[in-house]
Amino acid sequence: MSAPVTGPVPGAVEPEVLVRARQLRKHYGSLEVLRGVDLTVRRGEVVVLLGASGAGKSTLLRCLNHLEAADGGEIWVDGVPIGFRLADGKLHELPERGIARQRAGIGMVFQRFNLFPHRTVLDNVVEGPVQVLGVSRKEAVARARELLARVGLAEKVDAYPDRLSGGQQQRVAIARALAMRPKLLLFDEPTSALDPELVGEVLAVMTELAREGMTMIVVTHEIAFAREVADHVVFMDGGVVVEEGPPEAVIGAPQHERTRSFLARVTS
Amino acid sequence: MADRGATAVRGAGTAVDLTGDGALLPQVRIRRWGRWVAAVVVAAVLVLLLVAVSRGDIDYASIPDLLTQSVILTGLVNTIVLAVIAQGGAIVLGTIVALMRTSENPVLRAVSWLYIWVFRGLPVLLQILLWYNIALVFPTISIPVPFTGAYLLNEPANALMTGFLAALLGLGLNESAYMAEIVRAGLTSVDRGQTEAAKSIGMGPRKVLTRVVLPQAMRVIIPPTGNDFINMLKGTSIASVIGFTELIHAATNLSSRSLAVMETLLAVAVWYMVVVSVANVGQYFLERHYGAAHRDPSSGLWSRIGGSLKVPPFARGQR
Repeated sequence: MSAPVTGPVPGAVEPEVLVRARQLRKHYGSLEVLRGVDLTVRRGEVVVLLGASGAGKSTLLRCLNHLEAADGGEIWVDGVPIGFRLADGKLHELPERGIARQRAGIGMVFQRFNLFPHRTVLDNVVEGPVQVLGVSRKEAVARARELLARVGLAEKVDAYPDRLSGGQQQRVAIARALAMRPKLLLFDEPTSALDPELVGEVLAVMTELAREGMTMIVVTHEIAFAREVADHVVFMDGGVVVEEGPPEAVIGAPQHERTRSFLARVTS
Repeated sequence: MADRGATAVRGAGTAVDLTGDGALLPQVRIRRWGRWVAAVVVAAVLVLLLVAVSRGDIDYASIPDLLTQSVILTGLVNTIVLAVIAQGGAIVLGTIVALMRTSENPVLRAVSWLYIWVFRGLPVLLQILLWYNIALVFPTISIPVPFTGAYLLNEPANALMTGFLAALLGLGLNESAYMAEIVRAGLTSVDRGQTEAAKSIGMGPRKVLTRVVLPQAMRVIIPPTGNDFINMLKGTSIASVIGFTELIHAATNLSSRSLAVMETLLAVAVWYMVVVSVANVGQYFLERHYGAAHRDPSSGLWSRIGGSLKVPPFARGQR
């Protein structure tokens, strides 16, 4: 699948690059979802992926932490090839356990929150550090309380997720991801399942994270968020990157007809 | 309905004040005569039945003594031990088969399908008889230790295959096929997003299963498993056919000497009801444990009983 790496290892040579995806391909049956996508994300950068549904944004995001295995191409996060181990200039496929270790450093926030319904809010946040990182429960609880306070849910620690509003659940999900001290956070349409009046509270937490320097890749339809928070906007259509650049360019003065018609549809 | 200006409507010849200042009208609740009639009929039939039973030639006074006869107690212990081990083994085996059934490996999937097909398809009695008579085709049963010439197990099948073991294998393997389907239903009931969320915080396959998927699958798995266990408790009676001293066999042993057939059977019936009731209570607490996330504080056993007693069964106008 992957040709031997010749020359310098991509991603490892440029310390400021955190994520580098190269020529990613993915298909479901005869449907090609990703048709050779390249993506570069620098440390501390917020990248927003825009595009109509079916453009391949979510698939790209899910390939980055190997929830989906790409059919071709490479993904490097922090100098490590995702899903593989580099040895003798070749990429050797990793077993599920090895992939799990790589995922521990990449947080993900889902459209449908996916909180663990059988655990309290606190235990949702404590679960990863204790079970995966081997942090002591006492230490993990202290940190979880701190994180939940940061997302404004200090009083909800003992509640079960089904007693929370969508916006509160999504903020717990963000705290759960942060508890792993990730170097990268992926957001898969984090506000699409929310009632309109709850979108703001989640975007506020994300904006705060961006301000603190968290590296984030965000799939969203919130154009205002992209314009204000993103350092870099990538517009995808039909499984390829059509246009990318700073938000002023891609959203403010799109060069491509497909970008223009997409923006006209979502902002009208 | 009436115009805002109107101050009265005509109903059954009485003028009614609708200005909003008058007192609310008295409401006459519907009388549910049907409920009263049904209650009286059912209660009467029950009383007649009790009268009939009490006139039967049964020596009720002898039943308490029969309950604690040593043969009966042996049968009781054997019934419980057989049911618990068979069900426990079935849960473990069934979980393994269910995991094979949901595996990505096509060979494991096919084998688990075959397993369920065979052990669910054959009658339990037939399976028990096959195990019990296995000495006819395999005179000795041995498990060799490879390359050493030694044996982990090397016994004549006749001595090995006791009534207990045959019953255990027949009941347990049959039940494991049902358990496999129950566990599989539980596993597939858990949203795929749960697995993804667990993976996204770095959990490996084992942790995903034991920390996230199985605990949630339990809500679906426990009620039918409790049902099956109660069936298993009663189903052990089939082992009486091969002479294993469970409750029924103990009762027939005893009554063949004492000739108090009905009394002994009733004593055994009492024990079955006791054991099944205990299993019911156990199931209730298990369900409550795994339903913790969705527990309503007012839904505990005692408050529920209290609550339903407070509602008068014939309260007029209730729903």
